[in-house]
Amino acid sequence: MYAVIVGAGKVGWNLGRELIDKANEVTIVERSRRRYEVVEEELEHNIQYGDGTELWILERAGIERADLVIAVTGDDEDNILICQVAKEKYGVERVVARCNNPRNLQHFELLGVKPAVSATDLIMRLIEHEVPKYGLVHLLDLKEERLEIIEMEVAEGSPAEGASVQSLGLPEGSLVISILRDGGGFVPTGDSVVQAGDEVLLVLDIGLEEAVTERFAGRAAAPSG
Amino acid sequence: MRLVFVLIVGCGRVGSSIAKSMQAEGHEVSVLDENPEAIALLNRGQEQSWEDLGGSFTVGTALEIDALLAAGIENADAFVASTDGDNTNLVIAQIAQRRFETGRVVVRVLDPARARWYAQQGLQTICPTQTAIELLERAVRGEDERRSSGVH
Repeated sequence: MYAVIVGAGKVGWNLGRELIDKANEVTIVERSRRRYEVVEEELEHNIQYGDGTELWILERAGIERADLVIAVTGDDEDNILICQVAKEKYGVERVVARCNNPRNLQHFELLGVKPAVSATDLIMRLIEHEVPKYGLVHLLDLKEERLEIIEMEVAEGSPAEGASVQSLGLPEGSLVISILRDGGGFVPTGDSVVQAGDEVLLVLDIGLEEAVTERFAGRAAAPSG
Repeated sequence: MRLVFVLIVGCGRVGSSIAKSMQAEGHEVSVLDENPEAIALLNRGQEQSWEDLGGSFTVGTALEIDALLAAGIENADAFVASTDGDNTNLVIAQIAQRRFETGRVVVRVLDPARARWYAQQGLQTICPTQTAIELLERAVRGEDERRSSGVH
């Protein structure tokens, strides 16, 4: 596979090294002369000096035959533009963009640049996983399908405790897909009984979180909004 | 041109000049720039301050959706992207065009190659570099420079 990486910061440099180690052909483009010289000592001909938002620089790096373009500069507008021209002008099949400011994710989506990866967002999810709000953890968002998969902890004294799956009173558009208990997990039937301390995985239509949460949260912890 | 609401993002020499002439023609003009000092360019050479003349000025980063909303992008009839960053201009112009469906979107792009390609994709790009190249070429040849245009 041939990959063009724009931006030789920590992310770009390490990605380049990993891809080269896995026997891929890689060209990194870096616009800072000093940074270029540092990385060039290790990666030699795998890095080129230049502004990767200039079309001729991308062409010199061989974007026309690239299978993958990765835009990981520190500027979101640059990453958007690089991926946009890679896909739309040069017909590159796969692009990956770094989103520095998660509030800019909507721009990446609007202009068809996906996937856009936001480190801040990823870390926030990990934090939420450690400190879940009302026991709810987002496991996966399927944006285009408008579905999400969440994990709920069954609180003591919650409406769900002791109820069978079919009598949980879940809203239409939600489904229990598995129950995790004592280090194991199983796919329940309608008769399976939910216990306090269980972790329940559900798939739901976007927007049903609150209605689902109230079935599993303890009375005191139930969200007021 | 009937009276419209114009949003100009990027208040340097170019943006501020367009803002003042649009305002003088009676249009409603809002300017967004990340530098609070940039309003000085709007006040320069005017008898009244920019805001007394009815213009508005918002401090904020062009890419921040909140800043664009505060500057009134939802109601803009015309949008000018004139920051000093080509890529910023190209991204915000597409936001205006695709998300807010602004009727007239004009983008300043210094790099002729990017200006040309984005013009082919349906953006109205203005490339001062291309204009300068054409003017200089004509001047060197001794031709009439007034017929030149950098509009793609």
